[in-house]
Amino acid sequence: MKFRYQLLLLSSLIISIKSVSAQEIKSHNFNELEPILHYQNDTTYVINFWAMWCKPCVEELPEFEDIRKDYTDKKVKVILVSLDFGKNTEDRLLGFLKKKNINAEVVLLDDPDANSWIGKVDKNWDGALPATLIYRKDERIVFTRQISYDKLADSIDKLNNQPN
Amino acid sequence: MKKVLILGLFILAAMGIQAQGYQIGDKAKDFKLKNVDGKQISLADYKDAKGFIVIFTCNHCPYAVAYEDRIIEIDKKYKEKGFPVIAINPNDPELYESDSFDNMIVRAKEKRFTFPYLMDETQEVFKRFGATKTPHVFILSNNSEEYTVEYIGAIDNNYKDETQVTSTYVEDALDALLQNKKPEITSTKAIGCGIKTKG
Repeated sequence: MKFRYQLLLLSSLIISIKSVSAQEIKSHNFNELEPILHYQNDTTYVINFWAMWCKPCVEELPEFEDIRKDYTDKKVKVILVSLDFGKNTEDRLLGFLKKKNINAEVVLLDDPDANSWIGKVDKNWDGALPATLIYRKDERIVFTRQISYDKLADSIDKLNNQPN
Repeated sequence: MKKVLILGLFILAAMGIQAQGYQIGDKAKDFKLKNVDGKQISLADYKDAKGFIVIFTCNHCPYAVAYEDRIIEIDKKYKEKGFPVIAINPNDPELYESDSFDNMIVRAKEKRFTFPYLMDETQEVFKRFGATKTPHVFILSNNSEEYTVEYIGAIDNNYKDETQVTSTYVEDALDALLQNKKPEITSTKAIGCGIKTKG
């Protein structure tokens, strides 16, 4: 009996370790990140540039989370690109996301030569956070300030309804 | 016909948005803003300045904080050559308490700012300049109180680590202007915190 209990404890420990590692946050420079801005499949990608200290970014995070949930069966993928920097960024991010109950995919963009890549995200973005890119193949919509659920949904629907 | 008209209006509106703020070569208008010492500051107060390094910056933004020491160094180095730093906080303090005038005074003291730190209370100055984030630099040359925009953008090419900087955009532009040349690079894109307004 005791053995079974220990086994249960052990297996639950393994499962919890696994689920933690599933939330691991990868850090990229811009060259490594860039492919996610140019996928050529029939999914609509919602790419949000944000940071934990950025108030309007944090305010709009739940909207992105709602979009992710509401569009799970509609070929829509939300990716949150964090520009946070400083000590223990990955750990702080994981804690923050857990607290805010955000389960969208998060990647870290760690590339301090910002002038070299801001224009590659979009020619109309001048580097102010937050910014959001919504694209499907070569059709792109960019928002360079805080965005609402309705605007996100409108843009996604517009791209999703376009002929291939 | 109506559609064409609407489209035309739309394009005009879009162009208007694009053209907002100063471009390189534009003449900049002077301003009068309150400094952390309580005094009102204008560009015209600096009779001998060859120009100005106008930096929209603030307390709360980590990018702005990461550049504070570098801004102090730039001011120390270029003030005596005729280009002082003028720092302006463009944020609405109701949206970010840490950017209030009182907190600006605290930060200026803590960091011993060697330059004026002004509050854009009505938020008109940053809009006129076309600043969109902090930090955002505008270098102006001064020709008998005619101020020309010479450079717009980032301070250098590494916000995170000063020791890894390989392009010092602002210093390069200033060095060129001090030799009566036009800067080689006149605009760069700076990463920053979007300026906070209620509207």
